[in-house]
Amino acid sequence: MRQNFASPRVGGMVALALVIALLPVGLSNNYFYDVAILVGLNAIVCVGLNLLIGYAGQISLGHAGFYGLGAYGSAILSSRYGWPPLLSMLSATLVVAALAFVVGRPILRLKGHYLAMATLGLGVIIFMVIATEDKLTGGPDGMSVVAFKIGSFALREAQLWYWVVGALLLAAVWLALNLIDSPAGRALRALHGSEVGAEVLGIDAARHKLMVFVISAVFASVAGSLNAHFSGFITPSKVTFLHSIELVTMVVFGGMASTFGAVVGAAALTVLPQFLTVLKDYEMMVFGALMMGTMIFMPRGVVPSLARLFAPRRRPEGERKPGSEGAA
Amino acid sequence: MSLLRVENLSKEFGGVHAVEGLNYEIQPGAVHSIIGPNGAGKTTLLNMLTGVYIPSDGRIIFEEHDLTGLAPFEYAAHGIARTFQNLQVFFNMSALENVMVGRYLHERCGLASALLRFPRLARAERACRDEAAELMRYVGLQDYLSTASTAMPYGALKRLEIARALATQPRLILLDEPAAGLNPTEALDLDVLIGRLTERGITVVLVEHNMRLVMGVSDHILVLDYGRKLAEGAAAAVRNDPRVIEAYLGSSVASDGAAASAGSAASAASAASAASGGGQADLRGTSH
Ligand SMILES: Nc1ncnc2c1ncn2[C@@H]1O[C@H](COP(=O)(O)OP(=O)(O)OP(=O)(O)O)[C@@H](O)[C@H]1O
Ligand SMILES: [Mg+2]
Repeated sequence: MRQNFASPRVGGMVALALVIALLPVGLSNNYFYDVAILVGLNAIVCVGLNLLIGYAGQISLGHAGFYGLGAYGSAILSSRYGWPPLLSMLSATLVVAALAFVVGRPILRLKGHYLAMATLGLGVIIFMVIATEDKLTGGPDGMSVVAFKIGSFALREAQLWYWVVGALLLAAVWLALNLIDSPAGRALRALHGSEVGAEVLGIDAARHKLMVFVISAVFASVAGSLNAHFSGFITPSKVTFLHSIELVTMVVFGGMASTFGAVVGAAALTVLPQFLTVLKDYEMMVFGALMMGTMIFMPRGVVPSLARLFAPRRRPEGERKPGSEGAA
Repeated sequence: MSLLRVENLSKEFGGVHAVEGLNYEIQPGAVHSIIGPNGAGKTTLLNMLTGVYIPSDGRIIFEEHDLTGLAPFEYAAHGIARTFQNLQVFFNMSALENVMVGRYLHERCGLASALLRFPRLARAERACRDEAAELMRYVGLQDYLSTASTAMPYGALKRLEIARALATQPRLILLDEPAAGLNPTEALDLDVLIGRLTERGITVVLVEHNMRLVMGVSDHILVLDYGRKLAEGAAAAVRNDPRVIEAYLGSSVASDGAAASAGSAASAASAASAASGGGQADLRGTSH
């Protein structure tokens, strides 16, 4: 299919691919690679979470739970039971998908604050299980995880991980963009705009919410599994309620209902704290002030706000109104 | 054979009988109007006919299928579409995309196909876009093909909902006060559009307070009052029914008897209201 390179779909994909390809030029040591990989993994979670929050308009304050299940599922199967890491990761993903499917059904009937409470509860339960089942998970002390291996080929160097995560992020973005632009994606956006309006057009709102909930849980789970194998050691800190909030913040910061916004948000909120550590005691204060400032001056999030700034000049005939409507 | 039939249809909201024991039939190909004062139960009836409300009692039979208790999306799949009195536009999407959503029943695809964007889907998407644009032109929205829905005036949004409903390729379309909030010229243009709908073979149910529109396009009128059927029949007969005049204009006018024929009373009221520019509240009932 031929498409205009200026279209957000293709243009954005090319831009993202270029950034991923050229970034290593500036990554002088392994620490920077670690940060870049973390950005990529968080971005994968946020791209999925944005489908749920930004596009379908459903909140989740429990996605760190899915991230954690992916991480611990893969870690336990591979490191305690000796399963091949790839199989462990896929199995963990399946389990998370099944859990999201079963739990999502009743939970997604709730709306707004009630949905927020229910997903929060789900996340907390997952955290409690992981933190207390110390025979399997190591409890609060965490557990070490074997390296990612496919056959005899082990993925160890940060440079290699960088390319794997970069490719997966591109794939995640591509899948998300495809979904949004499909009949199913339009259905999601429509039920966000008006649930009853969508239903009377033939859209089963409950089924679509469940579908996107499962998809976003799968994205989080895969990123969690990869993070476990990459860092070689996991603790429950990434399964906490706080991490769920961080993920939502990334989505909102980058811009809801913008897939590239989710990537930008994940990058900004993963990298910023690393640089702000030079401020020592003032780190959190400056971080908080930056967040508040961004949301006050860019209430739609970074990417949509910037896009709007440049959009009117790009398509002048878009806003044209017939003269007769002016008075109405 | 009727297209749609309701039997003893009732809806109760904590003691309020919004619709009570209604028997009503809709014949294919005709324009059926439903009128009645504010709170008469018109919208409640449409909500039941689209699965938005589940009836407290009674049955809804469409093309000999019993649809009672089904979900709204199942009513849509059976060929019933509607617009809303209070707009339900997807303001997070462009005008064209709003109409494209209406094609959902005919475009939907598997999840894998959506995620991987199979070539077949890409082709279908282009066709969907073209059909949506065609429908927007059909309802007179050719100036808004690349407009955000948030940038459209009220009258255009009303038409957008009609285009979106048509995109489902319905056999029955229910319009809930399409003329409300329109200026008099816009309201007059509507009867042309409604006439063209029936030419497409779509049966129309029109809920409206604008009597000029109702009298101009209707083959059949149902009058509701306090959730009950007050009168029913051909347009001319209904407009002369003394019970209808009373419900609408209050007993003083009706018992006055002087009010010549109800027809002239109705058109006088609608002309006055149209002239005052209000347009929407021609015969708005006594209850408010
Ligand atoms: N969801 C609801 N909950 C409680 N009461 C309701 C609900 N929907 C409608 N009602 C009540 O049912 C009655 C009929 O309302 P309905 O909206 O059907 O009237 P209507 O004929 O459409 O009036 P209008 O001309 O003002 O649109 C009213 O008394 C209304 O208050
Ligand atoms: Mg109403």
